[in-house]
Amino acid sequence: MIRLNAKWTSYPYIVWMLLFTILPLLLVVYFAFTDSSGAFTLDNVKQSALYIPTLVNSIYLAALATLFCLVLAYPFAFIMSRLSFSRQKMMSMLIMLPMWMNFLLRTYAWQAILEDNGVINTLLTAIGLPPATLINTSGAVVLGMVYNYIPFMILPLYSIMTKIDKSILEASSDLGAGFFATFRRVVLPLSLPGIVSGVTMVFVPAVSTFVISGMLGGSGNYLIGDLIEVQFLGNSYDLNAGSATSLLLMVVVLITMAIFSRFETEDSEEALV
Amino acid sequence: MDQNKKIIELKGISKSFDGEQILKSIDLDIHDKEFVTLLGPSGCGKTTTLRIIGGFVTPDAGDLLFLGKRINDVPPYKRKVNTVFQKYALFPHLDVFENVAFGLRLVKTPEKEIVRRVREMLALVNLSDFESRRVDLLSGGQQQRVAIARALVNQPKVLLLDEPLGALDLKLRKEMQYELKKIQQRMGITFIYVTHDQEEALTMSDTVVVMNGGLIHQIGTPQDIYNEPINAFTASFIGESNIVPGIMHRDCLVEFAGRDFVCVDGGFEKDEPVDVVVRPEDVDIVAASDEYLCGKVTSVTFKGVHYEMRVDCGGTTWRVHSTDFTPIGSLVGLRLTPEDIHIMHKSDASGVKNYGGAQP
Ligand SMILES: Nc1ncnc2c1ncn2[C@@H]1O[C@H](COP(=O)(O)OP(=O)(O)O)[C@@H](O)[C@H]1O
Ligand SMILES: [Mg+2]
Repeated sequence: MIRLNAKWTSYPYIVWMLLFTILPLLLVVYFAFTDSSGAFTLDNVKQSALYIPTLVNSIYLAALATLFCLVLAYPFAFIMSRLSFSRQKMMSMLIMLPMWMNFLLRTYAWQAILEDNGVINTLLTAIGLPPATLINTSGAVVLGMVYNYIPFMILPLYSIMTKIDKSILEASSDLGAGFFATFRRVVLPLSLPGIVSGVTMVFVPAVSTFVISGMLGGSGNYLIGDLIEVQFLGNSYDLNAGSATSLLLMVVVLITMAIFSRFETEDSEEALV
Repeated sequence: MDQNKKIIELKGISKSFDGEQILKSIDLDIHDKEFVTLLGPSGCGKTTTLRIIGGFVTPDAGDLLFLGKRINDVPPYKRKVNTVFQKYALFPHLDVFENVAFGLRLVKTPEKEIVRRVREMLALVNLSDFESRRVDLLSGGQQQRVAIARALVNQPKVLLLDEPLGALDLKLRKEMQYELKKIQQRMGITFIYVTHDQEEALTMSDTVVVMNGGLIHQIGTPQDIYNEPINAFTASFIGESNIVPGIMHRDCLVEFAGRDFVCVDGGFEKDEPVDVVVRPEDVDIVAASDEYLCGKVTSVTFKGVHYEMRVDCGGTTWRVHSTDFTPIGSLVGLRLTPEDIHIMHKSDASGVKNYGGAQP
């Protein structure tokens, strides 16, 4: 669309991109391939191979959280898209509501809920059950990710599903498809673009998070984001190593997005919704 | 049409939405291989009736029978009925071939047979060259044909069509009317067709069901409906009519426009107030004389085959169709023969239940 309009309308956007995206990116690349004196070196990149287990763990937890988000959000978004217009608006409001609160605060709240003498364990002991270890587990990290990022799964799914007209579902039923056949042959293929953007929008921030793992995961759930944070801001300050680790993560994110965007374009050739 | 085999029966079907009664105890028998049209103004409950037959709306009261068996609680996907939806409702993620093949794939038809039957259907609706086209790039008329093929390929016993030609331009509509009728006869299945276009109903149907306000007013052949409308609503909705109030003095004698006329209808109370219906093309223009109703021509419009005239007779305007030109301002007589005068009960629901023209 933009390309059709006068070219100059995109100039502010280009300047913005240059200043805040391209430039920092170039800096990261520069630092990743130099040492503290500024000379070219591959040491940082080679060294970041050490962090591959941490990276794998990050990918695993983020993938798990993405899967939970998808499983929970999909039926929710579908039901929401079938509600009356006013109810749909109310539901969108309710989903957005927690997002108005600061991300850190929300995660603190979960800390208070999950702590060894937090809300849940207080309740458990009150009814005579043994307390459970909830905080500082990978489960808590996944929970935190699901809680924080699920709106990013619901909203794209919901917005694509509102485009599936009721009459199309009726036509499917009319032609002999029961509930599951209609889901598999009509709803799923038509909502695929929503799944792709939802998955991307949850996975990418989840794989690079450090706040959630830092606050809910304890020392046992050190993720790649935590590592980068420590290298840039923490006690093991090393700009060059940090840049190399960032580069590694960026590669993972780019690969993920490339895989998914391929999904999307392939599909949208047949199914433009 | 098989007159003895009832394929669908509606018995006392009622439906309310938001506390408003949309269908008021509908009774209707539909026969095998019959082309039935539900005809009525917008909002009269045609779509609701069709959706009850298709299974998308559950009636509040009454029974829906399919070949004698009650199917009120059978979901749409188990009914041997297919629908051509008002806005086509094609699957946007599938091409033309796969849209048509949808129903066949669900019942695990062998691939070879799918290809054969889909091609056969696409040939029937003249879309053989469009197999791998995306449906959203087709014209309205082509989408319409895909929708018809997609429904018919499943060999339903009954095909439901909800104003299928509503979105097409006039020329295409005429063509499709003819095509649909041909398809119905060739395939030998029952069509239940919804329209608000009386001409379409008269052209295509074996049986026309005239509806208004959630009630069936009349069921009959197109000829019955046109020539023997049972009440003023049917008369005014189908074709053009002059409708004037009158009083039925006794059988075959009615008074209206200040005169007594001999007619052919009977069976009314003595001096019952009635509606008198006269078709504009039945009125003959003659020289003014005491023998006839007389009036002054107030307008003449050329309509191609005939002139449409308005004749003012003592304050009542009569519409008259004639092939002869009569200039504005002429004083003319209007000759009505007894067969031209149709007497109707005053148009309340009471006259509605005993449908006029018997079902064929
Ligand atoms: N699902 C529904 N909810 C509420 N009202 C409805 C619904 N479906 C139909 N109606 C109402 O029922 C009436 C008849 O509708 P319909 O059967 O579609 O008429 P037609 O097809 O003859 O134009 C209309 O007033 C319409 O607003
Ligand atoms: Mg309708």
